[in-house]
Amino acid sequence: MAKVKSTFGSLIITLAVITFVGSLSLGFVFDWTQEPIAKAQMAKQLKAIEAVLDGYDNNPVMEKYKVAIPNGKDSLEFFPATRNGKRIGTAVKTKSSKGYSGDIWLMVGFNEAGDVLRVQVLEHKETPGLGSKMSQPNFLNQYFGKNPGKNNLKVKKDGGEVDAITGATISSRAFSEAVQLAYETFQSVNHGN
Amino acid sequence: MATNIKHKENFLKGIVRENPVFVLLLGLCPTLGVTSSALNGLGMGVATVFVLVMSNLVVSLIKNLIPDKVRIPAFIVIIASFVTVVQLLMEAYTPALYDQLGLFIPLIVVNCIVLGRAEAFASRNSVVSSLIDGLGMGVGFTMALTLLGAIRELLGSLSIFGLQLIEGDGMLVFILAPGAFITLGFLIALMNWLKNRSATTK
Repeated sequence: MAKVKSTFGSLIITLAVITFVGSLSLGFVFDWTQEPIAKAQMAKQLKAIEAVLDGYDNNPVMEKYKVAIPNGKDSLEFFPATRNGKRIGTAVKTKSSKGYSGDIWLMVGFNEAGDVLRVQVLEHKETPGLGSKMSQPNFLNQYFGKNPGKNNLKVKKDGGEVDAITGATISSRAFSEAVQLAYETFQSVNHGN
Repeated sequence: MATNIKHKENFLKGIVRENPVFVLLLGLCPTLGVTSSALNGLGMGVATVFVLVMSNLVVSLIKNLIPDKVRIPAFIVIIASFVTVVQLLMEAYTPALYDQLGLFIPLIVVNCIVLGRAEAFASRNSVVSSLIDGLGMGVGFTMALTLLGAIRELLGSLSIFGLQLIEGDGMLVFILAPGAFITLGFLIALMNWLKNRSATTK
């Protein structure tokens, strides 16, 4: 077949057809993957909640709600955990923008008394090998079972009781800040209980 | 028979003689960016293979329908479409890998290998040769990325494919960007040394 010549008309038609076919196929793939993507994201959240809370029998992602940060503009996502209809805990998705690079996202599990049960790192862009150690147990464990209302969960440099990660004080500080934010937001709605 | 040998050579050239990373030095942005572990390198490689093969296939199929003056924009649209398809599929079916590679997937569009093969090979050769070329180049790219990732992971975090070999920290620099340049430099030197040696013994 002879090669199509570059005329004004052939240029327009070629590009129009190619972009049309391209967007058509993308629309099709988007439609097709929409459901699996939503499912994958839900599974990811459920896994994170499972890592910070125990013994619930509901689907916390289905019942999530937003709570405004006290004195702040933003809000945090709350995932309520219930057992036989009775509230036993809450997973709070919280963040800090004071990390070394980008936002740090955490999932913090609270029981009804406001004690931190466990914490899971969802997302961060900290330096690999330094700040990234925040997801390792020997740093994370320092927060487990503590109550930010009674324990001072700041790093030792700031007068708290948390051993910062060596070489990553900024990341550790941001981590503490995110936990504190989750606690304060949690207390602002939990006060009556 | 003769064509069989040609196909085999066509496939192998992407892996050794014209390896995109070590010889052509194309596509270095993802090469240096994602190879902080062997698994990341492999994932990026496989995604690139898909885009490379599909775009080579389509470009060689419609090469005569595209007027010369708009061939580059036409190729880019085709490549970008396939990259978006890969991105959506990864997000849906391999969310963990997508989280790791997220930022780099859209960058396959500007990966010089993909456009380079469309322009230099697929727009001039038959459909079958273009498919084989894309596959060979893709496999060569994947192998290079996996090798680079494995070395960096081994030295930087003392593990391989996520499997911790020795407890400890390793040399942090290999996980960071400078380590990518250092490792790549040594690998290219090694490749050239092997090539020169085999040339003199012949």
